Amino acid sequence: MTWEIVIGLEIHTQLSTNTKIFSGASTNYGAEPNTQADSVSIALPGVLPVLNKGAVERAIKFGLATGSHIAPRSVFARKNYFYPDLPKGYQISQFDLPVVGEGALPILVEPLSGNAKPYEKTVRITRAHLEEDAGKSLHGDFHGMTGIDLNRAGTPLLEIVSEPDMCSAAEAVAYAKTMHTLVRWIGISDGNMQEGSFRCDVNVSVRRPGESLGTRREIKNLNSFKFMQQAIDYEVQWQIDTIESGGEVQQATILFDPDSGETRMMRSKEDAHDYRYFPDPDLLPLEIPPEWIEKMRATLPELPNDKQSRYINDLGLSSYDASLLTSSLEMADFFEAALAEAPSHAKICANWIIGEVSAQLNRDGMDITQCPINAQQLGGMLKRIADNTISNSGAKEVFRTMWAEGGNADEIIDAKGLKQVSDAGAIETLVDEILANNADKVEEYRGGKEKLFGFFVGQAMKASQGKANPAQLNEVLKRKLSG
Amino acid sequence: MFESTLKQLGNALRAKEISSVELTQLYLDNISKLNPSLNAYVTVNPDISLAQAREADARIAAGKGEALTGIPIAQKDIFCAKGWLTTCGSKMLHNFVSPYDAHIIQQFNNAGAINIGKTNMDEFAMGSSNETSHYGTVKNPWNTGNVPGGSSGGTAAAVAARLCAAATGTDTGGSIRQPAALCGISGLKPTYGVCSRFGMIAFASSLDQAGPMGRSAEDLALLLNTMAGFDERDSTSLQRDKEDYARDLSKPLDGLRIGLPKEFFAEGLSNDVAQAVEAAIGEYKKLGATVVDIGLPNSKLSVPVYYVLAPAEASSNLSRFDGVRYGYRAPEYDDLADMYEKSRAQGFGEEVKRRIMIGTYVLSHGYYDAYYLQAQKIRRLIAQDFTEAYKHCDIIMGPTSPSTAFKLGEKGDDPVQMYLSDIYTIAVNLAGLPGMSIPCGFGNNDMPVGLQIIGNYFDEARMLNVAHQYQLATDWHNRTPQVL
Repeated sequence: MTWEIVIGLEIHTQLSTNTKIFSGASTNYGAEPNTQADSVSIALPGVLPVLNKGAVERAIKFGLATGSHIAPRSVFARKNYFYPDLPKGYQISQFDLPVVGEGALPILVEPLSGNAKPYEKTVRITRAHLEEDAGKSLHGDFHGMTGIDLNRAGTPLLEIVSEPDMCSAAEAVAYAKTMHTLVRWIGISDGNMQEGSFRCDVNVSVRRPGESLGTRREIKNLNSFKFMQQAIDYEVQWQIDTIESGGEVQQATILFDPDSGETRMMRSKEDAHDYRYFPDPDLLPLEIPPEWIEKMRATLPELPNDKQSRYINDLGLSSYDASLLTSSLEMADFFEAALAEAPSHAKICANWIIGEVSAQLNRDGMDITQCPINAQQLGGMLKRIADNTISNSGAKEVFRTMWAEGGNADEIIDAKGLKQVSDAGAIETLVDEILANNADKVEEYRGGKEKLFGFFVGQAMKASQGKANPAQLNEVLKRKLSG
Repeated sequence: MFESTLKQLGNALRAKEISSVELTQLYLDNISKLNPSLNAYVTVNPDISLAQAREADARIAAGKGEALTGIPIAQKDIFCAKGWLTTCGSKMLHNFVSPYDAHIIQQFNNAGAINIGKTNMDEFAMGSSNETSHYGTVKNPWNTGNVPGGSSGGTAAAVAARLCAAATGTDTGGSIRQPAALCGISGLKPTYGVCSRFGMIAFASSLDQAGPMGRSAEDLALLLNTMAGFDERDSTSLQRDKEDYARDLSKPLDGLRIGLPKEFFAEGLSNDVAQAVEAAIGEYKKLGATVVDIGLPNSKLSVPVYYVLAPAEASSNLSRFDGVRYGYRAPEYDDLADMYEKSRAQGFGEEVKRRIMIGTYVLSHGYYDAYYLQAQKIRRLIAQDFTEAYKHCDIIMGPTSPSTAFKLGEKGDDPVQMYLSDIYTIAVNLAGLPGMSIPCGFGNNDMPVGLQIIGNYFDEARMLNVAHQYQLATDWHNRTPQVL
């Protein structure tokens, strides 16, 4: 019995403006409760919203980066419901006429298990609209009461809605990750999931092949990719089990509990609100003329996909390498700056960044922006690998030293005497000596014991204190050993 | 003193014939004497007012006095004033001392005017008789058994009874013009967007406008000069070149074409009002104007359209009054839903609850298209009627209210009867046009009659000129009510 999974995502990303979408209160994270809630944020009688231009500019940039339609005219609407962290009793959002329309996001999907290769897919974007965030309700800390912190109320959000184009947890996670990278890349959001800057709601339904769409349930407020995968897996299985045992899936909003690994009901369709949307009479329609769009287009950096294509086509990197190097704009900038020191050695540069640099960053719990060596330092080292001044093992030593103590490659190579011996004559002499001193082993090798090759390499390395250029040594040894 | 125009008061203050402190004290004494029977004021703060007066005197002495410096102005209790209890006529805000000033209040403060007190009003500006206030009914100074009109009933009564030199009101469906008519004073609602709504507690956002109320068009012009102007804190505030609204007061009216909408002189208009208005039109002809018959065919839909749109916006605007952050919270409740229900049931009066329910209904799923959306479309037609009419006339006139002031409690049982009080004024708000009312006579019950003057967009200076010329030729606006 095969089942098809249908998934759509709604992502709420906090926009990185300094102040709120409709007032001048600060959006800084982590302040004492209710210290960043001005008269508009707490909805005093008589206050009015004034639109933050920076929020609009970030929406335009998003539209451009996803090839989406940017509405020349869009309208803010009131979404009416009562909750203590929603001070006005309505949220200012957009309904019929959102600022961004149809677009698309190409993604690279890595299957989460098995040996299948990564594959490309395009997920369509239905729309993206501007709205304000609500405050926070803190249920646990006040002896049976709930504390309301309105610092977050009014923070600008861009709600990004996808078509239900995804058919597995892997695709959903890939889309979310790609979107996460993108919003940080174009500088519209810090995407900090722990701080709630990037929140994903996942709509999941299942159907047998050929049937129409099944009833979907919405998993709300997932703030980690790992939880997203677990939640989807659990929910899919739950829906399948329910239907296969004769039950029916009812529309509902559900939450994922990471401790139990299960999803549970938050509210059912019967509790669903009628939000009574109507255009907000306190705000004018938002008009975006072509000139504004072009002005924003000029501020966009080269987008991840374009960079990846360039890395693959012009630099000869694999699509896997390209996607890792474009996991953030900072990573790509680092790569390109290092490469500038040793151009035409893109593969070596990529390997070092994806390999050693990333591994060290992971070990030390840092990201590329905190890397203790800069791109120029790495680039300097790559130059010396490329021109054969140092061997790979020598490079490792240089790298370790640079990371721990700083300095540039040339200084360290000198200080530690890491220059490898690449002189052809010297290597010939060296090899002759080794072979002469180990005639019996030479006989055995020539007799068929090919494993002994490593012995000769070891001897030569010992004799040269590790400085023999390994590639050259191998070539000379092979030549001389074969008689 | 109490019969002086604002200009005369300003001159007297600058000439040191009287100090602002003395003037303010005079009004405070009047208020002590008459407010108990009129209930025009909700809050009076003599200490604050007199402190402002002292500052005004110092400013005048330093030669820096402006037109309104030192003059006591009453503020409708819908404007948030820093440090003042601001109730909006409701139990919901019985304890709300505003931490900030509305733009309008700031404008008056900057001009050096004295805030003489917060006037009573229909609760959340919803009413046409000032009988829905939590702080008690306001009485009409011409006959305390009658209503003053609403929602700016407190303001109108205060002006008529000489309890302030002038005052502010707000007008969403007629709430400046109708009480002005019923209390025999002058009031003006400017073009939508001319006065900032920041700090003015919202009833129906696309209709609300602040405006001056006083005893003459000349006074209104000075007040409007202080009130009007762009405010970046209100996204619907208009950015325009500064105007002197008094600039055209003296222009002669020769050649003025007055449009008379036939719909405003039809069934429903009481005879005594019709007669007084027609006499006023006769007066205008003597002043050189000509009369043109015009039609506003869709205006008959004004009241139903208004009573869909205004409650819809109000139902949303009043959601913030939930007992959570400020204002009235029920003393006992079981849980969150109970707290909301009890706080709002106890904090709001009947009319407010009625309109919230209507508004919620017309916005709800399945009804939005038939009611809200349809009403917005008809609104556009109503506005277009005026645009068409102004091709044939310069100004439109008619009665402000279908009758003079009615008895307290007379329309209490029938909300729709009450709504019909605004039948001539509502279309003006729906179109966003400026509208005025000035006194033009008395009706059968010796109660004042108001003449409505409706201008084209941004034509306030001409409207004030038209009103002022009439007030030069007549003296209805100088009469004093019985209570004095």
